[in-house]
Amino acid sequence: MRRLIRLARTSIGRKLLMALSGLLLVLFLTAHLLGNLKVLQGPEAFNAYAAWLQGHPVLWVMRLGLLLVFVLHTGLGIHLALANRAARPLAYVHPASVQMSLAERHIMLSGVVVLAFVVYHLLHLTFGAIDPTHSAQLVDAQGRADVYARVVTGFRNPWLAASYLLALLALAAHLTHAVRSALQTLGASHESHQAVIELLARAVPAALVVGFAAIPLLALLGVLEPPGPRP
Amino acid sequence: MTIDLDPRIPGGPVHEKWARRVNDLGLVSPANRRRYRILVVGTGLAGASAAATLAGLGYQVECFTFHDSPRRAHSVAAQGGINAAKNYQNDGDSVERLFRDTLKGGDFRSREASVYRLAALSNAIIDHCVAQGIPFTREYGGLLANRSFGGAQVSRTFYVRGQTGQQLLLGCYGALSRQILARRARVHARREMLDVVVRDGRACGIITRRLVDGAVERHAGHAVVLATGGYSNVFHFSTNAMACNVTAAYRAYKRGALFANPCFTQIHPTCIPLTGEHQSKLTLMSESLRNDGRVWVPARAGDSRPPAQIPESDRDYFLERRYPAFGNLAPRDIASRAVKQVCDEGRGVGPLGRGVYLDFADAFGRIGEEEMQARYGNLFEMYQRITDEDPRCAPMRIYPAAHYTMGGLWVDYDLMSSIPGLFVIGEANFSDHGANRLGASALMQGLADGYFIVPLTVGDYLASSTSVAALDETLPEFAAAERDVRRRLQRLAGLCGDEPVEQIHRALGHIMWERCGMTRGAPGLVSALDEIAALRERFWSRARLGGGASVLNIALEKAGRVADFLEFAELLVVDALTREESCGGHFREEHQSADGEAVRDDENFSHIAAWQFRGVGAAPALYREDLAFETLQPTERSYR
Amino acid sequence: MNVTLRVWRQAGRDSPGRLVDYRVADVHADMSFLEVLDQLNEQLAQRGEEPIAFDHDCREGICGSCSLMIDGVPHGPERGITACQLYMRRFHDGQTILVEPWRAAAFGVIRDLVVDRSALDRLMHAGGYVSVNPGSAPDASTTVIAKEKADTAFLAASCIGCGACVAACPNASAMLFVAAKASHLALLPQGQPEHAHRVIAMVEAMDREGFGSCSNNYECAAACPKSIPVRFIARLNRAFLHAALTSREFARPPPHAHFES
Ligand SMILES: Cc1cc2nc3c(=O)[nH]c(=O)nc-3n(C[C@H](O)[C@H](O)[C@H](O)COP(=O)(O)OP(=O)(O)OC[C@H]3O[C@@H](n4cnc5c(N)ncnc54)[C@H](O)[C@@H]3O)c2cc1C
Ligand code: HEM
Ligand code: HEM
Ligand code: SF4
Ligand code: F3S
Ligand code: FES
Repeated sequence: MRRLIRLARTSIGRKLLMALSGLLLVLFLTAHLLGNLKVLQGPEAFNAYAAWLQGHPVLWVMRLGLLLVFVLHTGLGIHLALANRAARPLAYVHPASVQMSLAERHIMLSGVVVLAFVVYHLLHLTFGAIDPTHSAQLVDAQGRADVYARVVTGFRNPWLAASYLLALLALAAHLTHAVRSALQTLGASHESHQAVIELLARAVPAALVVGFAAIPLLALLGVLEPPGPRP
Repeated sequence: MTIDLDPRIPGGPVHEKWARRVNDLGLVSPANRRRYRILVVGTGLAGASAAATLAGLGYQVECFTFHDSPRRAHSVAAQGGINAAKNYQNDGDSVERLFRDTLKGGDFRSREASVYRLAALSNAIIDHCVAQGIPFTREYGGLLANRSFGGAQVSRTFYVRGQTGQQLLLGCYGALSRQILARRARVHARREMLDVVVRDGRACGIITRRLVDGAVERHAGHAVVLATGGYSNVFHFSTNAMACNVTAAYRAYKRGALFANPCFTQIHPTCIPLTGEHQSKLTLMSESLRNDGRVWVPARAGDSRPPAQIPESDRDYFLERRYPAFGNLAPRDIASRAVKQVCDEGRGVGPLGRGVYLDFADAFGRIGEEEMQARYGNLFEMYQRITDEDPRCAPMRIYPAAHYTMGGLWVDYDLMSSIPGLFVIGEANFSDHGANRLGASALMQGLADGYFIVPLTVGDYLASSTSVAALDETLPEFAAAERDVRRRLQRLAGLCGDEPVEQIHRALGHIMWERCGMTRGAPGLVSALDEIAALRERFWSRARLGGGASVLNIALEKAGRVADFLEFAELLVVDALTREESCGGHFREEHQSADGEAVRDDENFSHIAAWQFRGVGAAPALYREDLAFETLQPTERSYR
Repeated sequence: MNVTLRVWRQAGRDSPGRLVDYRVADVHADMSFLEVLDQLNEQLAQRGEEPIAFDHDCREGICGSCSLMIDGVPHGPERGITACQLYMRRFHDGQTILVEPWRAAAFGVIRDLVVDRSALDRLMHAGGYVSVNPGSAPDASTTVIAKEKADTAFLAASCIGCGACVAACPNASAMLFVAAKASHLALLPQGQPEHAHRVIAMVEAMDREGFGSCSNNYECAAACPKSIPVRFIARLNRAFLHAALTSREFARPPPHAHFES
């Protein structure tokens, strides 16, 4: 325990926490995406899945964990950003970066956008506070919350869909730097498997973002149909 | 005041002398060592290794450097390598051979006993450096690689790519770091030593200027070790770093330390030629290039064809022609003079006609592109960056430049100057290199001095003084020295003529290079004395620098160094004029054979010339230390 | 050609600084960037003005003294070199060139373009060595090191301590420097006995000095005159984690730091 406390006091230790929490969030996103793709199987499968999600006690423990990880990641991210700013009190007149991408320069911004999105997303789908169609109150034939309807009718609204796509853009920006960075922080970077790292750094964000983006896009294009009229 | 110039060389056969000395040394017991404070000025290979070792033994060490970090001392720039008699190549090397090569390389103007000790310690240096983790270049089998250097027919040079000096220095600095952490050593960075304090004939402290704010400080110590490097910048253009200077050694000289063989300066043959007055320094191309490069000029004067169009028959590979046994690896002094000669004949190449080709075409054919890149890639890039020409396509152009100074403060066998308690090590002393230094032996000498010799002999000095003197910075000697330093600084800061100091330094360099450079003739030397005196006058009346003495002022630092060079240059010329012979880097035009080789005069000049200060502009007094050769009799130094 | 140097002038540590424009005429394409500063300083001297203070010495890219931020990039627009190796052929007639000092909380400006990099030295003191006393080493040939390993160690060791990595890093982090120093010795058998202590001591010293943390932005390696690659940072991260989890030393509270100049 002493070790961990001492570790967490060092910059590298904090970066390790950042990377681990970030990767846990990536793990969550992967699971979340796989779950969400059930939407393609139609209302029945998706709503059953959503009901299962609500019911299972272990999942509540995991939710709590997720919240903690999120808070940790965000808090540490802000802490490090402030400390890093303090490490250069007077900025250069024209700081020119040689090879940093826009995404890398604005990792904090993309983080904040993602944070804002998550709040918005919860308000939308969990609390139903955003959706103008009030589909949050809908229940399906089995009396389960009709999450499928919430999602698909929601995304028929182009503004709502657009807001999601925009947030996903921020997520993409965050992750293009984040995955490579986390691997480097964890010490995985090495000459001999640089190619694998590059592949992961590109493929993971791409797969996540494309996967998520598919849902609003398909709904918008009408491929995903809202549930038919109730019998 | 006359001085007894006793080198205190131990008795016995040459290979037993150092062992005998070590056996006789007075020792300070480990518990008492921390009561002694030792001031080490300079943190190059010599200074940093000495400081680390002394602190490791338990002394309280205070180090001083004008750099912002010990790791930036000029030793960092050494590219080529460091010699040792390991005989790892099984090519017949031995301590004996390294000793003979070095003594002969120095044209029999060095102290035999010291040279032998140097050769004998060389192997321990490599062992120590490897143990420190210095990443020496290795063979595929994982063992240490060697290369050849000028003046030797064996491969005994250990190297770290093109960074031998920086890596060895980092090793020293690592050792020093460990002592700093243990609080046995402290580094006072950005401090320039401006005087030695002498009381009752013994060195007892120094005066420094804190460069960041101009504060003048007193530091008392039981012994002072100077490791302040060489004075090649008296020539203005040299391969040395911009701040290399003679100040510390010269101030010690003014306080009574003798200065030995100041005219023994080394001109290195392979430097990038000067392109114009705007240039601030010259860049060395490592001597290792001569392993695979062939030196040539057009056979005919005025042949202005580009090198590729000059057929073999119209080329003169003059080093190979004149020195068939050593060829392109002839020692530096000899190669430099040969280059000057062909250029004087009008066969020089390049825009100013001051250059010869160093051609790698054969080597590329013989060893292949890849291996050449591995060996010299960084040097080729360096050359290309500076000249905008690619040596892989056209031969390099090279010309000699001032590089190293064999002369320095006189020291005895214990490396103690003529002021008791003042030790001098590394390039700053008049070293073991006689009249010419062989490549890769300065690093060896600096480390031998610092790791293995001075830590013991300082102890002996301390043990022989009966009680530990109290350290007292309020003594009148400190006050007087500080007053002198302040006065001089004020005078410098007050200079308000119209000429930049840089311009005067350039003028001094011009005088020294033309009159007292690769070749020296009496008429030129005599007129140089007048010219230097006049230039000194011009400096004090016409120089101008901005800024005051109580801030970081790079112009003031420079001016102080140039002012010392302007006095010291005279001593150098006087020594050159007095030494009526040609030996090593000192080539008197009056003393040459019919075919232009140096003619030594063992009868009259087989001695070290040690000079004593008698006032600025006044003739210094000469002391001679006669050289005795017990093992190896001086012969004509032939590399043919 | 003629150029205008827009130079940061600052009288002392606590004085405010500002940018001042200087026109330098007759600049030769073969001049190095520092020689242009020399020429400007000669002009200033002639006018009795204070010279521009800047650190420099070897002028061949090895001492690590020169430390100029040129147009927002440490050591200027060319990769893999120091400012003293930058030649004016790179610039065009009439160009205005911005020259600033390194900026980091850990590197205070002393005057003009001169900064205090002693923090890097203190990192060296914390662990940049192998404990060995002269005379105690075995014969050099008893240590056998595969060439590839020795070459990698050399690459790490080639750091000249210039601080460009810190200057370039958006976080003013010294990770590349520490990684280079620690990796050099970590790659060699001689460095093994003190390896864990070294990485712990150096990383904790780095944090104490007020450098930022590393967000893996890789600007440092791009600015590094010796092109030291960032994989040494990954190596350091790995080594540090390993040391933190396994070394006895790390299970105790950190020692009190006692560093002086
Ligand atoms: C370009 C070049 C390449 C070389 N290559 C080789 C090579 O391959 N092999 C080889 O054996 N030799 C080589 N040499 C020679 C060798 O590098 C030097 O002779 C040797 O390193 C000198 O070491 P040193 O410790 O005596 O002095 P330096 O390393 O010059 O150190 C001098 C120290 O003294 C300090 N100092 C000086 N004056 C003062 C003062 N007044 N106050 C405070 N501090 C002061 C400086 O700050 C510095 O720390 C080369 C030299 C040059 C110029
Ligand atoms: C377009 C893609 C997305 C869809 C269709 C979607 C859908 C959902 C649904 C249906 C829920 C469950 C609501 C509930 O049952 O109360 C949910 C919860 C959640 N979503 Fe998303 N989501 C998407 C993208 C994202 C993204 C990009 C993030 C994160 C950056 C995210 C983070 C969360 C979080 C944190 C929860 C709450 C977790 C929980 O309560 O278990 N979602 N999402
Ligand atoms: C689902 C959401 C998120 C995921 C998957 C995620 C993932 C990651 C990952 C993997 C890293 C790399 C860690 C490293 O550099 O070693 C990272 C870095 C970072 N994240 Fe996030 N993150 C998310 C949300 C956020 C939020 C909400 C913020 C803050 C508001 C944020 C701020 C940062 C910052 C500032 C960094 C860089 C830290 C540094 O390197 O110094 N992130 N993120
Ligand atoms: S890592 Fe590179 S940039 Fe950083 S100090 Fe070393 S040489 Fe300079
Ligand atoms: S730029 Fe800075 S963030 Fe890390 S990778 Fe280099 S230290
Ligand atoms: S002056 Fe030495 S690296 Fe630039």
